[in-house]
Amino acid sequence: MPKVLEKFQQIKQEILKEHLPHYDSGKIIIQVGSATCENAAGADQVRAEFRKLLAASGRDDIVIKQTGCTGRCSREPIVGVYFPGQFPFKYEQVTLPKVQEIFQQHVLAGKPVLPLILDKKTSNLYSRVVTLCSMAAPRYAEQDHWADILEQRLKAKGIPEGTVRIFTGCSLGLYSQEQSSTNMGMIVFPQKTVYTFSTEAELDAIIQSHFIEDKILKANLAAMDPLIKRFISLYGDVAFFNKQTRLTLRNSGIIDPEDLGDYIANDGFEALAQTLEHNDPSRVIDAINRSGLRGRGGGGYPTGRKWQDAIASTDPIRYVICNADEGDPGAYMDRSTLEGDPFSIIDGMIIGAFAVGARQGFLYIRAEYPLAIRRVETAIAKCRAAGLLGKNILDSGFDFDLDVRLGAGAFVCGEETALMLSIEGKRGQPRLRPPYPTQSGLWGHPTVINNVETWSNVSVIIRHGAEWFSRLGTEKSKGTKVFALAGKVRNSGLVEVPMGTTLKEIIFDIGGGVPEGRTLKAVQTGGPSGGCIPAGLIDTPADYDSLAQAGSIMGSGGMIVLDDQDCMVATAKFFLEFTQDESCGKCVPCREGTLRMLEILERITQGHGQMEDLDKLERLGRLIQKTSLCGLGQTAPNPVLSALKNFREEFIIHIQEKRCPSHKCAQLIRYEIDANKCTGCTLCARRCPVSCISGTPRQPHVIDQERCIKCGECFMVCKFEAVHKK
Amino acid sequence: MTNSTQTKLYPEIIEFIEECLTREHPESYLISILHKLQERHGYLTREHMYEVAQRLQVPASVVSGVSTFYHFFRLKPRGRYAISICLGTACFVKGADKILEAFRKKLGINMGETTKDGLFSLENTRCLGVCGLAPVVTINDKIYSRVTPQQVPDLLSRALAD
Repeated sequence: MPKVLEKFQQIKQEILKEHLPHYDSGKIIIQVGSATCENAAGADQVRAEFRKLLAASGRDDIVIKQTGCTGRCSREPIVGVYFPGQFPFKYEQVTLPKVQEIFQQHVLAGKPVLPLILDKKTSNLYSRVVTLCSMAAPRYAEQDHWADILEQRLKAKGIPEGTVRIFTGCSLGLYSQEQSSTNMGMIVFPQKTVYTFSTEAELDAIIQSHFIEDKILKANLAAMDPLIKRFISLYGDVAFFNKQTRLTLRNSGIIDPEDLGDYIANDGFEALAQTLEHNDPSRVIDAINRSGLRGRGGGGYPTGRKWQDAIASTDPIRYVICNADEGDPGAYMDRSTLEGDPFSIIDGMIIGAFAVGARQGFLYIRAEYPLAIRRVETAIAKCRAAGLLGKNILDSGFDFDLDVRLGAGAFVCGEETALMLSIEGKRGQPRLRPPYPTQSGLWGHPTVINNVETWSNVSVIIRHGAEWFSRLGTEKSKGTKVFALAGKVRNSGLVEVPMGTTLKEIIFDIGGGVPEGRTLKAVQTGGPSGGCIPAGLIDTPADYDSLAQAGSIMGSGGMIVLDDQDCMVATAKFFLEFTQDESCGKCVPCREGTLRMLEILERITQGHGQMEDLDKLERLGRLIQKTSLCGLGQTAPNPVLSALKNFREEFIIHIQEKRCPSHKCAQLIRYEIDANKCTGCTLCARRCPVSCISGTPRQPHVIDQERCIKCGECFMVCKFEAVHKK
Repeated sequence: MTNSTQTKLYPEIIEFIEECLTREHPESYLISILHKLQERHGYLTREHMYEVAQRLQVPASVVSGVSTFYHFFRLKPRGRYAISICLGTACFVKGADKILEAFRKKLGINMGETTKDGLFSLENTRCLGVCGLAPVVTINDKIYSRVTPQQVPDLLSRALAD
C-alpha cells in the first residue's frame, strides 16, 4: 500500500480503537445538542439530567453523546434517541420533566414518547416512511406528483392508511448512476433501501415487492451516496430536513464535534490522505476549479482561481486564512459549523495549504463566539496529537500548522485586508486593493483567505469529485448554500439547500411560513451589505446572480424574514446605524457619508423629513458606493437604496402624512384613548411621565397630543385595551 | 512610565508576553495579550497598557490605538453583572429595542453605563448567533433566550441571587 495512505490507515485504526460507540454499534445512544444556541435553550441542564438518570439506572449499554447544532433553533434543545436497528427518534424543546419521561418510557422501557417528537407532526407510529426525491436539481412539483400516485397505489394495494408516511423533498443529486437526473429516487425506512424509478410500472413493481411481499426489488436498487444516506437515515422522517441537501452541515448535529474519532469514522481526512498520497498540488486546484466552487463569504469569487492567483507568485512563504469573523448581525451559519464540525474546516485548510504551498494557517474567529473558539482549539490540538497537523503530516513530508487568532468586536475585520492587519496585531483598517491578498497579504506574503463554509466544502469536493459537486446548483452557482433563517418565520434555523432553490421554498416549504397569521412583506438577505427583496419577488432563486438581480446580494447567508408589522424605513435605519457604528473611519465617504444618510433617516422617522430627502439619500448613497475604500463602505448604502426602490411609498407616508403604517417609529405613533373602553381607572394618568393624561376618576381620560412624548407607557399599563396606537 | 521592576501586570500575563517574544512576529500577539489581560482584570488600565507596550517592545500609541479601535476592549470597569443586549438584526426584528428600554428604565442607566452601586452595567452586542431564539440577553456568561420586557425585573433578581 502507498506510504501516506498506509500511515493514515494506521492512525485511523488507532483512533477508532478508543472511539466511543456510534449509531450502529449495538448500544442505545442518547444524543443531546451542544452548541451556543442549544445551551441557551437549556441543553446543558438536559445533558446533566440524562447523565444523572443514566448513572442511577446502572445500565452500561446506554451512551450519552453530544453533538453540534442541526439548525433547528426554534425547537431546541433537541435530544435524539437511537436504538440499534430501529427508527431514530428526535425530541424537541426538551425540558427537565421531559427528560424523566423520555428516559423512563423510551430509553428504559422502549416506548417512544410520541407527543414530544420533533415537529409533532405524527401521532401514531408508522411502520414505514418513504422519502421521494429527485436527483440533480430539486424538482418539487414532480415529487409532489409522484407522491400522489404513490399514495393512490398503496391504497389500491390495500395497505392501511396511516401506516406509511410519505415525504417529498430532498434533491440528492448524488446517486452514482449517470443517467439518474431524469429518474426519481425513493428511500424506504426503516431499512433505508434506496430505489430509483422513472415509470409508474416500475413504481408498481417496487410497491408489490417491497410493501406487499416484503422483498427488496434488486432491479431498481440505487447506490446512494454514503454522505447523504447517513444524514437522511437519521433525519429523513422530519419534513424540515427533507428539502435540504447537507454538504457543509453534513456532520453538524450528527457527530461529536470534540471527538476526532467521530469525524474520522465518518470519512474524515480521507480526502487529505488521498491528496497527500498523490502529492500533486495542481490536481487539487484543478478539481476545485472544475467544481465551480465560489467563495461563500459573500463575494462569490471562484475559489480555484483565488488559489491559482496565490501560486503565481514566486514568494516561497505563503499563508492560508479561514475568515471566521462572522460579523453580519443575523447570520450564524459559520458559528454552527465551527461548533458542530470544526474538523471539516481544518481538513479543508490543510488540503488548501498543500495546494498553494502554505506552511502556516490562521483561523480568525470573532471573540463573541467563545464555544466556537474552544471547539476549534480542541480540534487543532487533537489533530496535532494525531499527526494530522505539524511536521511531516502523514509521512508525506508536508509541514503545516494552524493558529487561532481572535477578533475583538470589529465588523470591518471581516474585510480581508483589515482581517490580515488584525492578525498582525494592528488596528483593522482596510487598505486599497490591488494588491490583492493573493499577491501581497499577511506580512507581505501571498495569502489565501476563504470563509468557513468554503473551507468546509473543500474536502467534500476532493473526496467525491468535482463533477459530483457541480451537479448540484445552477449553471453559475454550484453546490449548496447554508442560510440562517430568522425573524418572522415559524421554523427559524439553519437551512442548507442547493443553489437556485427559490426564496419561497426556503421560507415556506422549509421555514414553515410567517407565523401568527401575518403576511410576508420582504426578505432581507446579505445583512448590512444586502437589501430587502419584496414579497412579490419571492420566486427568486437563491443564487449569486439572481439575488443580485433582485437588488440584494447572496452575502454570507443571513436571511431575515419581515412581516407586515415591520417598518422598512426603520429596518433601513437599523442597518445604517450598524455600518455607521462599525465604519473604521479611514475614508471620508464611509465615515461622513453614512452619518449624513443616518441623520436624514432619523429625520424621516421622527416626522421632520422632506420630500427632497429621498433624492438626497439616493445621491449620497450612490456616491458612497462609488467612492468608499472598502467593501463595508461600498455596500453600506444598499439596505437604504433597496428599501427606497422597493418601498418608496412607505418613505413618502412617513414624510407627508407623518405616520408609520407599521407603528414601529416611536415618534410617529399617536396614542389615543378609546372613550368607550376607558373605565377611568386613572392608572395611565398616574404612570404618564409627563402628566399629559387628564380626566376625572371613573370618566374617560384624554391624552394631550401636544405634550405627549410617545413613550407608550399608557399603552402598556392599560388593562382594558382602551389605549390605541395610531 | 512604569518601571519594569515595579511590575503591576499579572505574572501569567508577563509569562505569556515572554512566550510571545520567543515566537515569530511577537507584536502580532498584541490583541491576544489584551484579551487575556481583560479577562483577568475586567478592563484595560492605562498602567497595564504602558507595561504591555514596554514588555512587547511596541510604542504605547500602538497599544492604545488597538485597544480603542476594537469594541470588545473596555477601558473602564463594568458592573458585577454585565447585561448585554443583542441588537443584531433578528433580535431587532423581534423587539430588542423594547427589552433595552425596559432595562434602561429599571436600572436608570443608559447603554454603556454602570449603576452607581457598581452592580449592573448595560452593554450592547452585535449578534451572538443565537438568532433562532431571539431576542437574546446575556448576563455575564449566561444566555437568556426569547426574552420579553416583562421578564426584565425577574432576570435582574435572578442574577443577584446567583
